[in-house]
Amino acid sequence: MNKFEGEQNLEALKPAVSLFEEKWSVFRQNQLAYFSFTFLIFLFIFSMAGKVLTRWIVFFDPQLVRLSEKFLPPLTPFTSKIISPEDAPAFNIYFLGTDELGRDIFARMLEGTSISLTVGFVAVSISVFLGVFLGGLAGYYGKLKFGFTTIDTIIMRFVDIMLCFPTFFLILTVVALLPPSIYNIMIVIGLTSWMGTARFVRAEFLALRELDYVVAARSQAIPEWRIIFIHMVPNAIAPVLVSATIGVATAILTESSLSFLGFGVQPPDATWGNILADGKQFIFDAPWLTFIPGFSILFVVLAFNLCGEGLREAFNPKLKERI
Amino acid sequence: MTKFIFKSIGQRIILLFFISIISHAIVHLAPGEPSLVDPSNPRMKAEDIERIRAAFHLDEPLYIQYIFWMRDLFTAKLKSFKDNQPVLKKIWDRFLNSLPLFILGTLITWFLAFPVGIQAALHRGSAFDKLGTFLSYALISIPGFFLSYICIIFMVKVFNVPVIGMRTFGLENASLILRSMDRVWHWTLPAFMSAIAGVAILSRYVRSQMLEIINQDFIRTARAKGLPENTVIYKHGLRNALLPFITMFGLIIPSLIGGSVIFETIFAWPGMGRLGFEAILARDFPVILTLNFISAVLVLIGTFVSDILYAIADPRIKF
Repeated sequence: MNKFEGEQNLEALKPAVSLFEEKWSVFRQNQLAYFSFTFLIFLFIFSMAGKVLTRWIVFFDPQLVRLSEKFLPPLTPFTSKIISPEDAPAFNIYFLGTDELGRDIFARMLEGTSISLTVGFVAVSISVFLGVFLGGLAGYYGKLKFGFTTIDTIIMRFVDIMLCFPTFFLILTVVALLPPSIYNIMIVIGLTSWMGTARFVRAEFLALRELDYVVAARSQAIPEWRIIFIHMVPNAIAPVLVSATIGVATAILTESSLSFLGFGVQPPDATWGNILADGKQFIFDAPWLTFIPGFSILFVVLAFNLCGEGLREAFNPKLKERI
Repeated sequence: MTKFIFKSIGQRIILLFFISIISHAIVHLAPGEPSLVDPSNPRMKAEDIERIRAAFHLDEPLYIQYIFWMRDLFTAKLKSFKDNQPVLKKIWDRFLNSLPLFILGTLITWFLAFPVGIQAALHRGSAFDKLGTFLSYALISIPGFFLSYICIIFMVKVFNVPVIGMRTFGLENASLILRSMDRVWHWTLPAFMSAIAGVAILSRYVRSQMLEIINQDFIRTARAKGLPENTVIYKHGLRNALLPFITMFGLIIPSLIGGSVIFETIFAWPGMGRLGFEAILARDFPVILTLNFISAVLVLIGTFVSDILYAIADPRIKF
């Protein structure tokens, strides 16, 4: 009987709306952000399908050259007599036209979607990991002496140093000097963009460190790494999530700029950036080669930015009473 | 105050030292030496490569190379690997080309961002505000090079004016008006392109800053005194909203080199960004390193000046 009462009380103590539900309802009110979110979900499915259909089961072949079929505008049906039927594009139509080598742009865009998104997500994962780790160290162990200075000073001065570099120039230098590879690009973008996250996390940690639940956790002799990563990081994650969403957008833009300058992903692999860079020479004869990848980048980056803004609003405590 | 100035100068010199060490290490540790740029050239024999490496001190240990770089930089004897020209003079020439673009771009940014941001804040939730929000996101999201191409086609087709390069070749003997008009046309697009991202970001900041200020008590007091609305907004409000933008002054300087690489490449503008791009392609280490160093110096000077301006502008800050 006693136990039952306890359970009932616990049930009564539960908030009417959970934290996640509350944030979600704020997020849904922002129509642009909600629309972008759905768009991005569809994009993920699209890019997964693209990865499967261009790499593993080759249904759309992005690398097949058909020289007699070059510069066909979008939605041209496949009618060639010269090319054997097994080399015909999927569904016998060039949805988005062909490029200067007669490759199917739709297949290349499909392949590029997964590459561009991978670059964005891997780069941001690296930068979030570094930022949370270093920011957490600086915030939690801030006062700890390390020789003649504190750990906080060392890490934050390092952040200052990194902020002084002209980022794009630094990325360009490293990417140009290293052998060209997609992994180098992801790593370099990740390694040069963690400073904002580190600052946010440090600021949050400085405030969280003094809160009761952290003191309570410490009094129970819970190992420090557990306090930091299991107890404190989830409470400091909101600004990180926002900056990570916008970081994906920035990383996709940086990758496309690098590809545009010729340092990005190397042919024959396609990304949106290098489809655009190859197509720009033919902008008067074949404008779709420039406009299709250009607008794809624009829409995807815009969706990430709007989504990030929606998250920022949802996590903003000042806006709480609006619901 | 004097103590603060000396302390922050000292801190910045130490930072600069570490920046120079890190950038030197990154550039020299990455694979690919200047002697390897042209591996297919049959006239490059092993002993030639050795001679080149010795001439550039590339066969010395890293810290000796660093000392050589620093010594040459501060005695202004640093020579480019590529054409043996003094690096500082090369950079200075290009800097003079980049400067008008940078100034023009900054002016456009500030003169567009502030009115747009203030209007958006004053009419919060209006169609103008929503359109401004959406446009600024669109402008941040559009790849700069893509927008540049659209604008180039537009300008050339509609106005029929030259936009690539710094001036039209063969106009040297034309009249002054024709020449200056030509210059202006060449400036317009690159300056606008480099300003666009800044306008989008800054106008958002101005908006949120203004929104915070106009809800404060002193604005209500000013209105209650019966001051005209313009005085309230532009004298009392704007002055207080301006404070955070002093700090942004220092942080826009890296774009002088970094942000301009793409636009200067597209518009064939012989500026600093393009110099850096060419130096990277040629593995011209002294130029890359010195550009990095100079931009770090500019950032540090910029943040220093903004710190001091902040202290002067905001009487609440004490040292």
